[in-house]
Amino acid sequence: MEQKIFTISVYTENNVGLLNRISAIFLKRHINIESFSTSQSEIKDVFRFVIVVKMTAEKVVKIVKQIEKQVDVIRAFYHTDEETIFQENALYKVKSSALFEERQIQNIIKESHSNIVTVSPEFFVIEKTGFRNETEQLRKDLEPYGLLQFVRSGRISVTKAKMGISEILNTFKNNNK
Amino acid sequence: METNTNEKLKKAASEALNISGAEAVIRCLLAEGANLVYGYPGGAIMPIYDELYKFQDELHHVLTRHEQGATHAAQGFARTSGKVGVALATSGPGATNLVTGIADAQIDSTPMVCITGQVASHLLGSDAFQETDIIGISTPVTKWNYQITKASEIPEIMAKAFYIARSGRPGPVLIDITKDAQFEKFDFAYQKCDGIRSYQPYPTLVMDAVDEAATLIAQAKKPLIVWGQGVILGKAEEEFKTFVEKSGIPAVWTILGLSALPTDHPSNRGMVGMHGNYAPNLLTNECDLLIAVGMRFDDRVTGDLTTYAKQAKIIHLELDPAEVNKNVLADVVLLADCKISLKALNDRVEEKTYPQWLQRFDELDAIEHEKVIHSDLNPSKTGLTMGEAIAMINKHSNGDAVIVTDVGQHQMVACRYAKFNQSKSNVTSGGLGTMGFALPAAIGAKMGAMDREVVAVIGDGGYQMTIQELGTIFQQHLAVKIVVLNNDFLGMVRQWQQLFFDKRYASTEMVNPDFVTIAKGFQIEAKRVKERKDLDLAVQEMMTSKKPYFLEVCVEKEDNVFPMIATGASVSDIRLE
Repeated sequence: MEQKIFTISVYTENNVGLLNRISAIFLKRHINIESFSTSQSEIKDVFRFVIVVKMTAEKVVKIVKQIEKQVDVIRAFYHTDEETIFQENALYKVKSSALFEERQIQNIIKESHSNIVTVSPEFFVIEKTGFRNETEQLRKDLEPYGLLQFVRSGRISVTKAKMGISEILNTFKNNNK
Repeated sequence: METNTNEKLKKAASEALNISGAEAVIRCLLAEGANLVYGYPGGAIMPIYDELYKFQDELHHVLTRHEQGATHAAQGFARTSGKVGVALATSGPGATNLVTGIADAQIDSTPMVCITGQVASHLLGSDAFQETDIIGISTPVTKWNYQITKASEIPEIMAKAFYIARSGRPGPVLIDITKDAQFEKFDFAYQKCDGIRSYQPYPTLVMDAVDEAATLIAQAKKPLIVWGQGVILGKAEEEFKTFVEKSGIPAVWTILGLSALPTDHPSNRGMVGMHGNYAPNLLTNECDLLIAVGMRFDDRVTGDLTTYAKQAKIIHLELDPAEVNKNVLADVVLLADCKISLKALNDRVEEKTYPQWLQRFDELDAIEHEKVIHSDLNPSKTGLTMGEAIAMINKHSNGDAVIVTDVGQHQMVACRYAKFNQSKSNVTSGGLGTMGFALPAAIGAKMGAMDREVVAVIGDGGYQMTIQELGTIFQQHLAVKIVVLNNDFLGMVRQWQQLFFDKRYASTEMVNPDFVTIAKGFQIEAKRVKERKDLDLAVQEMMTSKKPYFLEVCVEKEDNVFPMIATGASVSDIRLE
């Protein structure tokens, strides 16, 4: 079966060790995680993991069930790229001299719709939010000018469909009154 | 009035001002009805042991001879009593020694709470003496785990631990408590847990699925029920029996499902899987409807999945959503506790008989009997067989004993031939296949069913993995009966070497000690049987003894267990020789 990119979204309690518990599910099945990010979600005290993996549709169904089975996981979902709106964020650190001596670099920044985050006498930092190919293109464009540091975040994504987490939590609250 | 007083007493026990975290742990255990724990003391759990000393009238602690033994004993207790087993250990090596038992409980869905001591919270991460990251280590093999660093967390976390261990699909929970949290004083109040918002242990049964299942059952001409431990864990033995009897469908079992339906029930047609019976395996690939009840299509059951029951429609009665369509795609899924789904099915199933279909079982049974069973149970050769030893236990137990087995040839033979009249009688390590399980598990099994005979049947290999637990049996004066089927080999591995590795017996021959002398060293009555003529009397003497008893049965060295489905082969390719 064909391997595809899937974005797995996991809503969880905010407990120490949960990251380990979730990543262990992938480890047990010898699956390499493409990217992994976690943050506060739209609901107070509920955290959201966004995990990007490349696997078959058949396998992702099973792995999401294994994730959802964990006691501290409220719900887990998987989506294809078409079903989500996603972005990555990248930072590029370049020597300040390049900014002032190479005029071309200013055009690159302008054309790539990236922003300068900070400028100091030694270096400046450019930020770019977008798809992988966009942040990658910018990296290639800046490389000739001496890239001191480059870092890219994991994917963050929201889904087009509703997740219904508040409903799940409210149902629990009402049933346990 | 009396109830009121009792309520007050209960409340008093579950509330106390300014007590230590360690005392709180004991009170939590008592509030959960856990008055029996297995464990081993050490530095980081000493405050809890100090409280155990004070509470010794209320809570019985069994000192095992190794922490692994504590987990298996807790498992054995859980399996015969249906309650949550509890194991205690100290930090570091104490905690890591629990891991095998925890993994075993996880894969066999055994409710267990393990409590480990941990170095003081200010030392966490400093590589302190006996510090180990037991939360990290146990994460993949626990249903849930949690590290407590403040005494005030103890009541809520302990309540959650017991709730999670026993609810839904049961499993092991590990609670790691830092030493400072055990010493810390706080005002204790206990409330049982009855729900966790991120955890839904009991999915709601979809009634349309029940109707669909009933329709499939009504249409089937050659239906087959395969049941597993879910029937026992769901306390659904009665509902299951009704289902089997009303539907008239032949029923076969996985190794962990054994004893949920009496062995001599006319609809009980034997075991599926690698060393299961001939008819159940072959007819898996002949049936037109396979009804899986509380089982998870383990690879030892299914063999090659691409040729497993492809001709049949599948109905899966299952509680754990992650097990649905994991190995075998089901046509209809009844996602619920099988006590509920079976009840719903029973209301919709017609009474029926399948004489022609049952005839197929009889035919195949006759073949297995002629080629395997007859010579196993009535051997003409000089050497004793494992089968006749089990048959002799049946004769003297009348099928009323709990049989605890280890892993290997003896386990397969015991499960094939042991007779059971009641549920929760077969205690074995199924999923993990943990050698060394049986002796400590028998300790717990006995304490979980004190009114019953408990016979541990063990191979000479597995016996020596946890032989030190004879000391626990001796110290506790537990009337556990131990039968070692000694072939001076790691028999199952040797069988594979014979069949698949051209008889290259790499490290499977065992030069064994004098097991009788060892047992006697622990003041346990002991006997050895080498000849057929002595077997009956020896087993009788063992079964009538009111004390622990050790019986070594020297069996034929190079016997094989048949039938057998080779790893990765189809259930249709089951071999009789």
